[in-house]
Amino acid sequence: MIGVPTYRRTGSALHAARTGVGIAYCGALTLPAFLFESPLVLAGSLAAVLATAACARVGGELARAAALAVPLALLVTVINPIVSQQGLTVLVDGPIVPVLGNVDVTLEALVYGAVAGLRVLVVVLGFALYSACVDPDRVLRLAGRVAPRSALTVSLATRSVPLLGRDARRMAEAYTLRAGARPAVHVRERVARAATLTRALGAGALERSVELAAALEVRGYGTLARFPASRAPWSRHDIAFGLATLVISAVCVIAFVTDLASFEPYPLLHMAAGPGDIAFAAALPLLAIAPFRARRAARG
Amino acid sequence: MAEPLLRLESVGYRYPGADREALDAISLEVAEGEFVLVAGISGSGKSTLLRAGSGLVPHFFGGRLAGRVTVSGMDTRRHGPAEVARVASSLFQDPEAQVVMSSVAAEISLPLEARGQSGAAVTRAVEETALALGVADLLERDTQTLSGGELQRVALAAALVTQPALLLLDEPTSQLDPVAGDELVSQLRRLNEEWGTSVLLAEQRIERCLSAADRVLAFERGRIVWDGTPREFVVWAAAHAPALTPPAARMFSLAGLRPLPVGVKDARAALRRSPPVPEAEEPRAESPRRRRFGRFRRGRAALAVERLWVEFDDGSPAGHAALRGVDLRVDPGEMIALLGRNGAGKSTLLRTCAGLVRPARGRVEAAGDVALLLQSPSDYLVHERVAEELPRASASAVLEELGLLGVSDRDPRDLSGGERQRLALGIVLAGRGIGGGSPPAVVALDEPTRGLDWEKKAALAERLHDLAEQGAAVVTATHDVEFAAALASRCVLLGKGTVMADGPTRQVLSGGRYFATEVARVFWPARGIVRPEEGAARLVAEAQEEAVPA
Repeated sequence: MIGVPTYRRTGSALHAARTGVGIAYCGALTLPAFLFESPLVLAGSLAAVLATAACARVGGELARAAALAVPLALLVTVINPIVSQQGLTVLVDGPIVPVLGNVDVTLEALVYGAVAGLRVLVVVLGFALYSACVDPDRVLRLAGRVAPRSALTVSLATRSVPLLGRDARRMAEAYTLRAGARPAVHVRERVARAATLTRALGAGALERSVELAAALEVRGYGTLARFPASRAPWSRHDIAFGLATLVISAVCVIAFVTDLASFEPYPLLHMAAGPGDIAFAAALPLLAIAPFRARRAARG
Repeated sequence: MAEPLLRLESVGYRYPGADREALDAISLEVAEGEFVLVAGISGSGKSTLLRAGSGLVPHFFGGRLAGRVTVSGMDTRRHGPAEVARVASSLFQDPEAQVVMSSVAAEISLPLEARGQSGAAVTRAVEETALALGVADLLERDTQTLSGGELQRVALAAALVTQPALLLLDEPTSQLDPVAGDELVSQLRRLNEEWGTSVLLAEQRIERCLSAADRVLAFERGRIVWDGTPREFVVWAAAHAPALTPPAARMFSLAGLRPLPVGVKDARAALRRSPPVPEAEEPRAESPRRRRFGRFRRGRAALAVERLWVEFDDGSPAGHAALRGVDLRVDPGEMIALLGRNGAGKSTLLRTCAGLVRPARGRVEAAGDVALLLQSPSDYLVHERVAEELPRASASAVLEELGLLGVSDRDPRDLSGGERQRLALGIVLAGRGIGGGSPPAVVALDEPTRGLDWEKKAALAERLHDLAEQGAAVVTATHDVEFAAALASRCVLLGKGTVMADGPTRQVLSGGRYFATEVARVFWPARGIVRPEEGAARLVAEAQEEAVPA
């Protein structure tokens, strides 16, 4: 289903790493999107996420997420130059619109919109990577040490997403099988049908959730105890991905503190692109795939 | 004397907004180690009894509870479902709505971890339970990749891993094929014998589990109308509740033989005392109703399928072949049943015929429209009023014909399972066979009897016969071999996407051990007798032959 990545066991080194490390590692890959505005760094961060997905063999899952994330990023890119009137390089001399005022499109606003879209893309794909590579059951156990009921709720919500997708497909099929059903040609018909099916899907989901709640009650999950802590020793994957997480995070923080890879969109575009900035951006994907390389080296 | 595991004392219960009691003055005790089968038609109170035993009634469903329910000494008014769950585990019909985790191992271990257990104790309990239920090879699988049967066994394992003293099961085999259903019942009996787990099992297909039970409760309108051993039950049912009489017992009853058998083993033992049954003649004269359809069986096929090959993308480079070169011809007015295990390709075949799936190879040709009723009738319910679900022109006529006029203003999701199923059939066939009009060339139904009791199945069969009489070819995919025997003149058995058997119902349903009716299993290896009436006729004829002096 478009935009809904689910956990897929591929047996990669990342899948084998312990839950906390996996979560931290995926978080570290998206950290630049929160700290930096430089397109160079954001491109490096995106490359890191994509390279990791390829190494973990979950490229298909990310492609599904991209089907949602790319249009969203484009939307952000387009909206920013309309609502932001900053920047000195006017590309389109727009009309004066009530409330918005003069809607000139500037190069700076367009680029900054693209930067914001890129950040959205990195964050969404980073989350997709986490969804595809970190076992939700183990996340439940981890979170269950602190808040078992909340963790179970999140786990159920996660599991219900693909179920909803299947329900939607079945209901759409059933709709076409009704007596006298004809294909929706006009946009208005399509919208009306989509609204009908969405409402029915919600009703069906509520019905299922009641059954699920009853099942949870009779399994005794209403009185969940805190989950016990795992005492498993650290594997080489845990160590490799843990180290990579530390290094990526440290590099990002140092770069942030030292004002490396600075970017100023307004009033005129300015992007630092010296050797240090480029090296920092290029280091991100290399550091990201290093734990996978370490595994191959260990294999001999 | 030991405290009973489950005790109900004059229990009455009414659901919120209901106009009658779902349980009416029920008094009952279930002792440790008992295997109790709960029989009754839909809406008789079976499920409510189990809900009362698990504490869901009244804690989860609300309503008004009278009397007292105790589980292992715990009064369910004071102890909620979570506390009762320490003693009693429950399993419902739909495995999809019970599974929480994404991997099988995590699903089975969750109940233990939720109780704060960890380490070796959890690992050992999971391993032992998985081995006992035959799901050890599934432990590393993703729950989303399991079949319905596998998922139900995993749900059962999760219910059993805490080693409950009492197991409450609400039609757990309703979504399973005959093989998986029989396996599940056998496993329940083994757990009952070896682990001492008490079992309270509500089932529609009584013949599947009667011989495994120690005791039978029959429910009618919220009351227990019978409580006794299976042997006593079949005698009572034959006299007072034909809908609850298993096929073998019905056959003996029709033939005037006594004692009535509890199951296949019993019936075979009784027949061994008589001379062996000779090979039945090949299809004898069909019933008058079936013979009438013969007038359509000439000329162009209603549905012709040739070398049909359907593949799905399952992530593997080769893909998954759901159908592998299937050939099938169905004539106008013919009624056929598609049988096979979960995943055999029955649904895919119907969906391909209805144009929902594009074949990789092969050809599907229909003489007209193909109307398909999908597995879940709820998928058709998209409006807020029953009447709105139907085309305005034919709504009244359809509702009247289906006996749903009284509920036309209700929300479709408030309807019972049987009513939903009828409404869905009406949605698919409104103005074309139901509520006027001519039926489509092909009426296809995917598991239409799921959750229906014997009476509702008979009504459905009658409706399908009417459509066939009007010239429609009726193709029904079902796990219910008894329904197939009552409905179809021809059966097609699918396995791994290929046709394994295709022939008259009497031949196909008496040609194997799993996809065979109870009566056919009684006469095995003799072939050709699948329905109680046919078996009874044979037994009477033999008795008469014996009575004639040489």
